[in-house]
Amino acid sequence: MAEKTAAFSAETSMDGETAVIDLRGEINSQAAAAFDAAYSEVARFGAQSILLNFAEVDYINSTGIALIVGLLARARAAHLPIAAAGLSDHYREIFTITRLSDFMEIQ
Amino acid sequence: MTTLKSLWRNFIGKKQVEPAETAAPSPAPITQIVALDLDIAPHDPLLTYVQHSPGVINTEQIKLDSPAITAMRQADIKLVVPLVSQGELIGLVNLGTRLSEQEYSSDDYKLLSDLATQAAPALRVAQLVKQQQLEAAERERMAQELKIARLIQQTLLPQAVPALEGWSVTAYYQPARAVGGDFYDFLYFPDGRVGFIVADVTDKGVPAAMVMATTRTLLRAAAERLIAPGAVLARTNEVLVQEIPPNMFVTCFYAVLNPASGHLVYANAGHDVPYRYTHDGVVELRATGMPLGLMPDMGYEEKEATLDAGEYVLLYSDGLVEAHSPEREMFGFPRLQHLLADRPDGDSLKDFLLGQLTEFTGAGWEQEDDVTLVTLMRNGHSGQPGADNLVEFEIPSAPGNERLAMQRAAEIVQDMGLSERRLDRLKTAVAEATMNAMEHGNKYQPDKPVRLRVFREETAVRVTISDEGGGPPGPTAAAPDLEAKLAGEQSPRGWGLFLIKNMVDEMHVHQDDHHHTIELVMQLTDQPGE
Repeated sequence: MAEKTAAFSAETSMDGETAVIDLRGEINSQAAAAFDAAYSEVARFGAQSILLNFAEVDYINSTGIALIVGLLARARAAHLPIAAAGLSDHYREIFTITRLSDFMEIQ
Repeated sequence: MTTLKSLWRNFIGKKQVEPAETAAPSPAPITQIVALDLDIAPHDPLLTYVQHSPGVINTEQIKLDSPAITAMRQADIKLVVPLVSQGELIGLVNLGTRLSEQEYSSDDYKLLSDLATQAAPALRVAQLVKQQQLEAAERERMAQELKIARLIQQTLLPQAVPALEGWSVTAYYQPARAVGGDFYDFLYFPDGRVGFIVADVTDKGVPAAMVMATTRTLLRAAAERLIAPGAVLARTNEVLVQEIPPNMFVTCFYAVLNPASGHLVYANAGHDVPYRYTHDGVVELRATGMPLGLMPDMGYEEKEATLDAGEYVLLYSDGLVEAHSPEREMFGFPRLQHLLADRPDGDSLKDFLLGQLTEFTGAGWEQEDDVTLVTLMRNGHSGQPGADNLVEFEIPSAPGNERLAMQRAAEIVQDMGLSERRLDRLKTAVAEATMNAMEHGNKYQPDKPVRLRVFREETAVRVTISDEGGGPPGPTAAAPDLEAKLAGEQSPRGWGLFLIKNMVDEMHVHQDDHHHTIELVMQLTDQPGE
């Protein structure tokens, strides 16, 4: 069944002062814990900005959008600029429709 | 009574008068006939008196407390000669003073009496002939009017029912003798959708036919510019309310069917509520709205339904439900609803209902009002695709299963020519709608699957996603406030319906007591501006 195999991971690494979060798999409700963990890493590394790498993401649902909104809210509260890379055309469009692209740089 | 009274007025009041004093020398006095405006009240004792004493009456001598006699005396009437034929008083001959100014003699009395005996039957015959002529003229006028009304109605009713692949449409119209104001109409839209109208104008005959013609024209004009049935009825009402004679109005049910998907959008202006036969029972297609032409600024609720294979809708007029049996029992709505639920397989719905109506009213029934039936049935059987263009499947309600729905829908539509972008958008919309259905409608209960239907249409693909959560409608797709979410003032969630709505060309939400359905329409080709 798809839901059993749909693993998600978020790995954080530093590139200069930017925390790069490599997202893999499906961003849905089951990704919540991994998102929290990734943001804790960002704080631990003392990063000055965040780059979300969506290159390995094949599915984002509305709950996933909510997780991204939550992450964005925390980053903005901490005055950390956030950018997104590797989005497919479809999710680029969704980021535009939801206006997420107004609050993060789409690379 | 009125006829008799007016006849009396014609025959009484003949009064002789003297020539004018200045007109000398006059060879002979002239007789002037004065129209005496005298109504004899039905209880005037004079009437009883003449019935029993048929002779000549001297108004000076008769002792009767009769307002009629008093009026006659005041008009100088001396003698009253009742004309009685076969025991029935048919007139009075009234005489004034004799020209010689002498009293009337017994010979005069005899002459008048004989005259009355001879004249009464002749007068009666004349009266009857006159009456028959009037009645014949009236009958002729009514027949002519009836003919005109029928002609108008027949000219305006559609010549044929829509021929729709996968559907059986029938129409039946039987005018009452007096021709009521029923009509039905079919409207054909360029994208393949078909409008169904059943309406009933108050009143009968030519006035009803005229209002019917106007209403039909207004509905057609409104439907050319507007598709939404509620808007069409509102627009028609706005114009009709200024045109229609007082005390007249029109009840009207208007539905637009997409034959490819079975999707029906409807609105009702006070018409008898149509029935929808479903596999779960017979339900009413209710939508609120006032009849057309009563009041300005009316709004019309719009509802939707999707007909499965084997399901049908019956539109009808009150001539059916208000028909009476010989025992004066009314056919009624409950009977109709039960008949639809118990209808044996195989019979045509129309023939079945007409058979039941005849059985109920008996053979000698004089039809009280127009009877109109329009049926639209989706062919095929329950649980099987009704047409080549439908694929139907179920997804168990479990977290993450929206991806199964999405993949399956993508496989079904892969050969329909959607661009990659449109396909991605449809997939997201299907996934989000399925997720909503599993979570909110079915509460992730394993025994409650989500049912998806994918319809291929001429220019679009239509997907319906149904859950088993009936009852009040869910949240609407208001644009989420991202600023508020980022500021922590609003939950970061709440994107589902917003996304769906923005992914597809049309989104409709249907709700009944048992199911909640989201319907998605995606045009197959890119739209202007893309």
